[in-house]
Amino acid sequence: MRILELSALELGKRIREREISAVEATEAVLERIREKEPSIHAYVTVDEEGALKRAGEVQRGIEDGRFTGPLAGVPVAVKDNLCTKGLRTTCSSRILYNFVPTYTAQAVENLERAGAVIVGKTNMDEFAMGSTTETSAYGVTRNPWNTDHVPGGSSGGSCAAVAAEECFYALGSDTGGSIRQPGSFCGVTGIKPTYGTVSRYGLIAYGSSLDQIGPVGKTVSDCAAVLEAIASYDKKDSTSIPRKDLDFTAALENDVKGMRIGLPRDYFGEGLDYEVREAVLEAADVLRKKGALVEEFDLSLVEYAVPAYYVIASAEASSNLSRFDGVKYGLRAKDYEGLHEMYKKSRSEGFGPEVKRRIMLGAFVLSSGYYDAYYLKALRIKALIKQAFDRAFAQYDVILGPTAPTTAPRLGESLKDPLKMYLGDIYTISVNLAGLPGMTVPWGKDKKGLPIGVQLIGDCFEEKKMIRAGYTLEQAKEGR
Amino acid sequence: MANVIRDDIIEYVGILAKLELSQEEKETAKEDMGRMLDYIDKLNELDTDGVEPMSHVFSMNNVFRDDVVSNGDDRENILKNAPKQKDGAFKVPRTVD
Repeated sequence: MRILELSALELGKRIREREISAVEATEAVLERIREKEPSIHAYVTVDEEGALKRAGEVQRGIEDGRFTGPLAGVPVAVKDNLCTKGLRTTCSSRILYNFVPTYTAQAVENLERAGAVIVGKTNMDEFAMGSTTETSAYGVTRNPWNTDHVPGGSSGGSCAAVAAEECFYALGSDTGGSIRQPGSFCGVTGIKPTYGTVSRYGLIAYGSSLDQIGPVGKTVSDCAAVLEAIASYDKKDSTSIPRKDLDFTAALENDVKGMRIGLPRDYFGEGLDYEVREAVLEAADVLRKKGALVEEFDLSLVEYAVPAYYVIASAEASSNLSRFDGVKYGLRAKDYEGLHEMYKKSRSEGFGPEVKRRIMLGAFVLSSGYYDAYYLKALRIKALIKQAFDRAFAQYDVILGPTAPTTAPRLGESLKDPLKMYLGDIYTISVNLAGLPGMTVPWGKDKKGLPIGVQLIGDCFEEKKMIRAGYTLEQAKEGR
Repeated sequence: MANVIRDDIIEYVGILAKLELSQEEKETAKEDMGRMLDYIDKLNELDTDGVEPMSHVFSMNNVFRDDVVSNGDDRENILKNAPKQKDGAFKVPRTVD
């Protein structure tokens, strides 16, 4: 069996059993990266030397009993908005072209403690703003299933790297669907945890009230194990929540008997591709046959989630991105007169069009005279959306629906009409507004051969129910 | 387009956002923002009287700790990222005459 075909947990097991060394696994990944990167471009930075050195250290640690966990020695790719000490972190933006963090994000540090080997930093939409990975300042990433298509975004590099076997698993971040949508487009599994579960310390902020870091993997089991490794209460993130139920792998049960699963009728309306719809309904049928009680219901307010999101996320972005000013790190314009012009020129040269668009919209909705009409209004709608989910979860354990309305669009099609691109996040965005956990599980392909993903949504802190349903689906697929 | 963004508004937003836009960028921005606001106006279809704005899903409290330094002095590495530095500090253009 090829090393690269193994899941992260399978590889971890073979490394522990001394069948494969961490160095051999890392070499296999680096070889694969050399082969695939010219056509996929999933990475902004590949740290060949650092990865091999680290793999050697971890291998020694495994041999002398310092690393005993299931992910020890397994190569991982990290989204380029997560700070990695001594390893360039660009957020796929020109403004951070030379930024070398002096500290490591807590989630990444947790992985390192588990013996992870970081092979590189993955491409993304600039500052995670986009749904296609086409807004990266370092070039587009291509979908491994068909390189004329986008991988989705913003964690497109992480998802493409997993799909192309250029790593065994990856970390992404999800503000409005940025793990789940590219996961769906690339045919991989991804989890966005309940807000506050994974520390955001060292995640370069986009929309702080919505951002969560999460795993991207080949299987539900891999994602559960990675989530278990990265989740932690962290005093350095004031929104971090102490939880006692972080043993997510305990939920890997092939059993949904008696589980109540709701299908929101509003997720199956206009705009949903026929083949995606059929796939989701088939998945619902599979769960029904496995003993779940599956029924349709009206979630309501679905069409208000995207506009509310763009007000809130843009507002937070305009504030968060004010730190990029050409003083402390990153790009500074060459010619300027005085401090103020230095700020303006550095930012204007450093940010791409989509980032500027959102910063300006955010500055506008927060400005005096518009704050109540736009920003507070959106926060009120957010409260209503949360209430709608509360009503749903009084009835159901898990919500099942499509992850995205379509499969991956062709390169160059989406940026022409940003509004249309934004609407592609209609099924994922409300999950972030309500702080819920959500995941995508690959479920077949369309006639073009592009992957389809189904989305499972859990109530806050109920990842385990969602993971159990996802695992049951995955097992059913493998049994067919 | 119901929302027409005037020149003075885009000028003002540019100041708030600390962005310098070319004439062409300004025209595009006016159109983009107008279209986005038309779309966002959809939110007005919903009556939100009496609904409290929700900034965080969970009730958030300030997290306090004693003011004790827990990280080491990393001045040298931090300054390595600065576009310009002088005498152990970030260097910026003169701001006071």
